[in-house]
Amino acid sequence: MRGKRAIKEKAARYLMLAITGLSGLLMFIMVFALYYRSRPILALKPLTYLLLDTVWAPSRGEFGFLPFIAGTLWVTLVAVAIAVPLCLLTSIYLSEYAGSRIREWSKPPIDLLAGIPSVVYGVWGLLVVVPLIKDQIAPLFGKFITGYCVLAGGIVLAIMVFPVIIHVSVEVMGYVPQEIREASLAVGATKWQTVKFVVLRKALPGIVAAVVLGLSRAFGETMAVLMVAGNVARLPKSMFDPAYTLPALIANNYGEMLSIPLYDSALMLASFILLVVVLIFNIISRMFLVRIERRIQ
Amino acid sequence: MEFKNHICVQNLNVYYGKVQALKNISVEIPDKKITVIIGPSGCGKTTLLKSFNRLIDLMDNVKATGKILVDGEDILDPKAEVVDIRKKMGLLSQKPYPLPMSIYDNVAYGPRIHGTKGRKELDQIVEYRLKESSLWEEVKDRLHDPASRLSVGQQQRLCLARGLAVEPEIILGDEPTSALDPNSSQRIEQKFLELKDRYTIVVVTHILRQAKRIADYVLFLYMGELIEHGPAREIFENPKQKLTREYIQGSIS
Repeated sequence: MRGKRAIKEKAARYLMLAITGLSGLLMFIMVFALYYRSRPILALKPLTYLLLDTVWAPSRGEFGFLPFIAGTLWVTLVAVAIAVPLCLLTSIYLSEYAGSRIREWSKPPIDLLAGIPSVVYGVWGLLVVVPLIKDQIAPLFGKFITGYCVLAGGIVLAIMVFPVIIHVSVEVMGYVPQEIREASLAVGATKWQTVKFVVLRKALPGIVAAVVLGLSRAFGETMAVLMVAGNVARLPKSMFDPAYTLPALIANNYGEMLSIPLYDSALMLASFILLVVVLIFNIISRMFLVRIERRIQ
Repeated sequence: MEFKNHICVQNLNVYYGKVQALKNISVEIPDKKITVIIGPSGCGKTTLLKSFNRLIDLMDNVKATGKILVDGEDILDPKAEVVDIRKKMGLLSQKPYPLPMSIYDNVAYGPRIHGTKGRKELDQIVEYRLKESSLWEEVKDRLHDPASRLSVGQQQRLCLARGLAVEPEIILGDEPTSALDPNSSQRIEQKFLELKDRYTIVVVTHILRQAKRIADYVLFLYMGELIEHGPAREIFENPKQKLTREYIQGSIS
């Protein structure tokens, strides 16, 4: 009787260990598999060509990724440029100025933004942002375009990364000990001076981490951007040009036209690049967060 | 002993939400003396101290009624300039909290905020205040190191220098030695004794022996009420209230 229970106990334990180990390994398996599948194209073309050439014409055997890499960077940077100031001000308000009631009531709706399916953001972008750019914003700059462009992608993405950046920033500012604010206020600093010189300085690594986390979400976001950014495989030259991002490239083309030689491998390489970049972003932000926790304790 | 008054508290009530932390306190704090607030934990000592520089404003749902007159001006008046009130008072908290910057910048922080820009002038202020708080000799060669590298005792003296740099009239200490080792504590006490000819000092402490060593005037608070106050000798040697006597003899804490 006893032996049986001991065996069950052991079996359960090792089963769980195996499952845990598997999910931990999954990451590495995926990286490796993507690399493995992108090897055919890497064997035929030099990496510098793949990353830096601007011509994407798979049927002619030309696989320049630069339009997609540039498109992704453009859209991501526009999103971050819009999101960072707005998020920072929101976080400062929530953390330093708002009373507990406003804080309690405004946090859940902001966090909920993170849970909205990205296709819904895409639809919203189609219905609101694209026409807004077409009819209002672009004409201001003397441009007459369809509205499907870098800026549209950037705006939609900015809103999608709001919750990440705000949540982490508010949390990080919360780590700053109250007494250090008191120390600054006690010598006669105003609240804004205290925020500028003390709270932000103390929370800076955490805020950087928040922004990098936002970046990594923006970088990999697929659906919403695919719906509003235009998807033209050309180097975007301004905010009003259409952009084609790496995730959109993969989502739009995988499973189609795979009879073209090397196409499959090229898309795998795109996924590989995407995964590696997002991984790096995540590691960086993790490092910053660990550092700030240590520094404040 | 004759006392001239510096802070005059009239019918002060402080509420945190529905909890009343201070009950109808009226007392006068003497000028250029060390006033010590004693009482068991949770009796409202810190609340009283933080009412003086309006740091209680930072709490949610706090409400204060009554008057606190400093140099004749009611600082609880909603029209009072909080920044000016706080500038008049240096604060030492329970644990030293240096600002996240260099030793030099910690001391220069207040003067800079109030508009002192000149490098020379700031250098002078920093040196003078660090000497005043007996830290200069230990840090003069590393003024631009982060303040966090100092020992806790040094940090507390740095916080004192930071507070003094805005030329306050009053020094508030909220159990300022509770995180320090005996040696550092003694230096702070010594400092207070030296500074009292120029500053009005108000110190909260739960260490009775410390109160006896430094106090000129004593306030005894119990459950938010001011039970007794008077010159230190009278309170310690001949308390009029039974509660005070019990507290001083150590039978309540």
